[in-house]
Amino acid sequence: MTARDDKPKLSRAHCLDLLRHMIRVRMFEDKCAELYTTEKIRGFLHLYDGEEAIAAGVIPVLQLRDRIVATYREHGHALVRGLPMANVMAEMYGKFEGVSAGRGGSMHLFDAETNFYGGNAIVGGGLPMATGLALADKMRAEKVVTVCFFGEGAAAEGEFHESLNLAALWSLPVLFVCENNCYAMGTALDRSESETDIHAKAACYQIETEAVDGMDVVAVEAAARRAVHSIRETDKPYFLECRTYRFRAHSMFDAQLYRDKAEVEEWRSKGPIVRFQGWLAKSGIAHPEDIEKIESDVKEEIEEAVAFAEAGSWEPVEKLTRWVYAERA
Amino acid sequence: MAKRIIKAETVQITYREAIRKAICEAMHQDERVFLMGEDVGRYGGCYAVTKGLLKEFGPERIRDTPLSESGFTGAGIGAAIGGMRPIVELMTVNFSLLAMDQILNNAATIRHMSGNQFGVPLVIRMATGAGRQLAAQHSHSLEGWYAHIPGIKVLAPATLEDARGMLWTALDDPDPVLIFENVMLYNMEGELPANAGPVNIEKAAIRREGRDISLITYGGSLWKTLEAAEALAREGIKAEVIDLRTLRPLDDTTIIASVAKTRRAVIVDEGWRSGSLASEIVTRIVEQAFWRLDGPIARVCSEEVPIPYPQHLEQAAIPQAEKVVAAAKNLLSK
Ligand SMILES: Cc1ncc(C[n+]2csc(CCOP(=O)(O)OP(=O)(O)O)c2C)c(N)n1
Repeated sequence: MTARDDKPKLSRAHCLDLLRHMIRVRMFEDKCAELYTTEKIRGFLHLYDGEEAIAAGVIPVLQLRDRIVATYREHGHALVRGLPMANVMAEMYGKFEGVSAGRGGSMHLFDAETNFYGGNAIVGGGLPMATGLALADKMRAEKVVTVCFFGEGAAAEGEFHESLNLAALWSLPVLFVCENNCYAMGTALDRSESETDIHAKAACYQIETEAVDGMDVVAVEAAARRAVHSIRETDKPYFLECRTYRFRAHSMFDAQLYRDKAEVEEWRSKGPIVRFQGWLAKSGIAHPEDIEKIESDVKEEIEEAVAFAEAGSWEPVEKLTRWVYAERA
Repeated sequence: MAKRIIKAETVQITYREAIRKAICEAMHQDERVFLMGEDVGRYGGCYAVTKGLLKEFGPERIRDTPLSESGFTGAGIGAAIGGMRPIVELMTVNFSLLAMDQILNNAATIRHMSGNQFGVPLVIRMATGAGRQLAAQHSHSLEGWYAHIPGIKVLAPATLEDARGMLWTALDDPDPVLIFENVMLYNMEGELPANAGPVNIEKAAIRREGRDISLITYGGSLWKTLEAAEALAREGIKAEVIDLRTLRPLDDTTIIASVAKTRRAVIVDEGWRSGSLASEIVTRIVEQAFWRLDGPIARVCSEEVPIPYPQHLEQAAIPQAEKVVAAAKNLLSK
């Protein structure tokens, strides 16, 4: 590892990359919401609106051989990781051309090529798996980091505590990233936890921890670099709590009775995109043309993705029961 | 002239030792194999199956875990996806309930949910069954529940040969395999060919041939059922005894062929009767061989009660040879 690659370098190109990631995720999901109302996308749809700085800040810091475990709110992670947007969109439609061949849908995006181990829709269910992936790497002396994303709601699950303990006890290279968006569905953090400092819980397991402003993509990236650097150096787990907020409903079924519109608006004004974009404009790093270009490129990519998904095929019903077990020659 | 039969060399061995031997061999043959669970190392395993292995293979590969059934079962799943071949030991099926989320929601689903991109080549071993007066939280037989789940395979070795041979085949399987070891079998001792090795995990076995009635069972109940068959033989009834061996997927072919021949069946299952594996087998027979039957099918299952502590009640709660004999004679109107 070179001397200072644990610090972000804020070149113009890099700043635009960070911004592009966030805008790309935001616009993709705006489209998904629209497609949900027209019933092209069904089932549960959990949007990442407001939390984009976390995936954008953490994932590009990783190498291709590193592994990612995410939750049902994982469209952003998948896109930033490099799963092709067209195949992600096809998965949202349930088409055979989807990243999981249509079998998973929005909550279960998987991709072997980029070591993306899914969208897990059991709260806390991905943490033991991430711990085990890291155990495999450790036992084979592979220098690989496994990153596990989850919401603060998971901190109430036993699997959270069991996994943190195992990772610390066995000294496993896992980066736990808690996306603390203040609510687990309708339950505010202080209505469900006696200790609301999530990273303090991790510290109890002797894990190096840090809480960071999850609305600040540069701060997230800097923290992620420190974390990944530390894991590669020490082979020990690291815990990052990113404080953020979800601007939209928990899923498309949520009437949001549990919070005020004013609260949402206040957070929106501190959103990761307005904030970073504003700063880039003010400091002269990004010009209006840059942003227009990003938006028009993304718009085109989304149009192509939708066309691809529309043109995709439905898996024949005759194939229904395959992939329950491996097909052996 | 009498033919000289060259007997393969045999060794005297217990069921427990047969499993230990299988683990040992797997660890030697494949460096990806490791074992983890509560007290598998220093303590030697709650049923002493893994005694001595820590010394031979070290703490990395004979890995003691905290009391975190869900956590380390999930870690086994992750390690399997990550390229290892873990054996997870859960002390007993009763505690496996704390890991059921991982087993069902992750191990059994990931191949499917990922569109066949990821498999989980994991083996989970656990003890099951009553008979040691351990009362209602340590004695249940829930393997039938697991047999309900598509995406996993469920094995119940009842013989020394299977205790010795199923593990390797399970480790070689690209999908998760659960192995249920009946607690009453660990001390069972007998002869096993010295060169015993892997066995198939696809076929049920006919442990005793007969033409009058099929007695279908698995695991710890096999020996009681064989005892029943012996008793029936003394009364001139030739019972065929089928050892299912694999509870998922079930070997319908062997079951149906036997029932088509004998025209009568009793299912013996240590699980509770309602919604049991025995119910499933009855249904399959009715679906596939109804017209070959000469009469109703009977089940000998556990009574619908949590397993009690006192020995007489515990024994009354689970299948026994006498109950099997009575059920068979009843079907034969004898
Ligand atoms: C084990 C489990 N319990 C309950 C649910 C239903 N559920 C889905 S998401 C959710 C809230 C989780 O909140 P959090 O972990 O903070 O993540 P967020 O949705 O805010 O990203 C709940 C209760 C579930 N999916 N899994």
